[in-house]
Amino acid sequence: MITVEGVTRKYGSFTAVDDVTFTAHVGRVTGFLGPNGAGKSTTMRIMVGLTRATAGTITISGRHYVDLPNPGLDVGVLLDASAQHAGRTGREILTIAQQYMGLPRSRVDEMLDVVSLTPSEASRRVGNYSLGMRQRLGIATALIGDPSVLILDEPANGLDPAGIRWMRDLLRSYADRGGTVLLSSHLLHEIEVIADDIVMIGNGKIVSQGTKTELLHAAGTVVRAADLPRLDRALGQLAIATTRSQAGALLTDVDPVLVGKVALEAGVALSELRTADAGLEDMFLALTATSPREGTTT
Amino acid sequence: MSAVTASSPQRLYPVRRRVPLTRVTKVELRKMFNTRSGFWLMASIVISAVLATGGVILWAPDDQLTYSTFATAIRFPVVIILPLIAILAVTSEWSQRAGLTTFTLIPHRSRIITAKAISSVLIAFAATVLAFAVGALGNLLSAGVTGTTPVWNVTLTQCLYYLLGMLLSLLTGFMLGVLLRSSTGAIVAYFVLTFVLPIVFGLLGDNQLWFHDLQPWIDIQFAQGGLFVFERALTAEQWAHIAVTGVTWLLLPMAIGLGFATRAEVK
Ligand SMILES: Nc1ncnc2c1ncn2[C@@H]1O[C@H](COP(=O)(O)OP(=O)(O)O)[C@@H](O)[C@H]1O
Ligand SMILES: [Mg+2]
Repeated sequence: MITVEGVTRKYGSFTAVDDVTFTAHVGRVTGFLGPNGAGKSTTMRIMVGLTRATAGTITISGRHYVDLPNPGLDVGVLLDASAQHAGRTGREILTIAQQYMGLPRSRVDEMLDVVSLTPSEASRRVGNYSLGMRQRLGIATALIGDPSVLILDEPANGLDPAGIRWMRDLLRSYADRGGTVLLSSHLLHEIEVIADDIVMIGNGKIVSQGTKTELLHAAGTVVRAADLPRLDRALGQLAIATTRSQAGALLTDVDPVLVGKVALEAGVALSELRTADAGLEDMFLALTATSPREGTTT
Repeated sequence: MSAVTASSPQRLYPVRRRVPLTRVTKVELRKMFNTRSGFWLMASIVISAVLATGGVILWAPDDQLTYSTFATAIRFPVVIILPLIAILAVTSEWSQRAGLTTFTLIPHRSRIITAKAISSVLIAFAATVLAFAVGALGNLLSAGVTGTTPVWNVTLTQCLYYLLGMLLSLLTGFMLGVLLRSSTGAIVAYFVLTFVLPIVFGLLGDNQLWFHDLQPWIDIQFAQGGLFVFERALTAEQWAHIAVTGVTWLLLPMAIGLGFATRAEVK
């Protein structure tokens, strides 16, 4: 579990992280979502003691990171896959982590296997790696100590679609076995497909947080049908308010399950029925539009 | 991609013990060799020692083919390379950003810097042993070639002076690395400190009477000059020169640098 309490970080008069409070829970993947420059990386650096907080505290399973005797065994960290000595081979980088942590030598090959780096790739210097290969090496470094908490900053950057899928499965199963995962992203879609909980940050402040279902449900339901007026009348009879979207779908505040039942009873064939995520997306787009960092990759 | 095999948390390594400094030092030592630049710097110590020895055999007048001549000749390249090794050991954490991983695995940065200091000193020891060993081989070889008995004109005390000189030059590099935390900056500063500044001090000492007496108390290179002369023991005053310049040029900036290095943001 990661507990962030009232964390603020100022650079001169500029507040990069502003009174941020949230918790990443055990057994769940928490998505830390925000446009570039929102303060995600700064918050994560504060978590692991690389940056000092101006105010507030962060604990990991109740302890401060710097007090962990051998942090790699408790927390797997990937902050920037490119931050490696370009003149070292991938295998050496993993070996260094293995030795700091005092793990068996065989663990290096095990992890190379987990992230699908072949022996010949592993013996190449990291300066010649693609971003995707660096991310996989970084994930191997984070996982090598078999930690119970993972902190990953934009881990999907540079991965190909198969790689993203692989990472999603890996993190899912990791959380399902009782791990805590905090991962950041500046892409709503990425967080949506992988996270159980979402913490949205903009200009250093938390703008919204909750479970994915809560945040998505808040926006209601989108429904399309061949005979939309008939469905609209049926919903109206149950005093369910609807609006017609520009794209020709029907929007309501109620749960999709209820809308489906009403349609069934009214005998209307549906062509689409889903939770509207427009709420989250609109909020995110509004943040991105006001963000000075729009379009840059961090 | 292979099957997902991240095992269940907290099962594989349940024991939590503080990472011992010996282990950190071993890893830091490994890191000095396992990059391309690190490897070639180490190799260049050996190569340059051999080249210097060869140079002495080929070009030195026969009556100067003594052990001290070899040791002095080998010192020149080695004493320049050692500080570069120390500089890169420290600055790569920042310049190459490797510190992002290093300082998350070992969050107390002073432990990493201590481990780097220990491993740099070990390298200086090894380099000194190597210098004397290669010098001894050169001495034997040249005596064999000229058909004379080899002259072993270096005492144990002088060996220790030589080692101290090596350590002090290494510390200069280490200090600059910690203080500046940038490879380029520290290397440039090192060359200014060891090659440009002594010339300036030398000119000043030759032309300004008031500075002439002060120079050994200010010019660290000048103060250490006696360490590499295989002729006489250092006087108490010379030791005082070394101590005073060592404190002002090495310890003080090192303390300031440590303050920055342990507090500054790593990104
Ligand atoms: N050392 C620094 N000095 C000044 N501003 C900084 C510094 N580090 C980060 N910032 C600013 O803090 C904000 C948050 O940055 P960051 O945490 O990297 O955002 P994110 O990871 O969400 O893209 C940005 O506006 C960035 O420019
Ligand atoms: Mg970032």
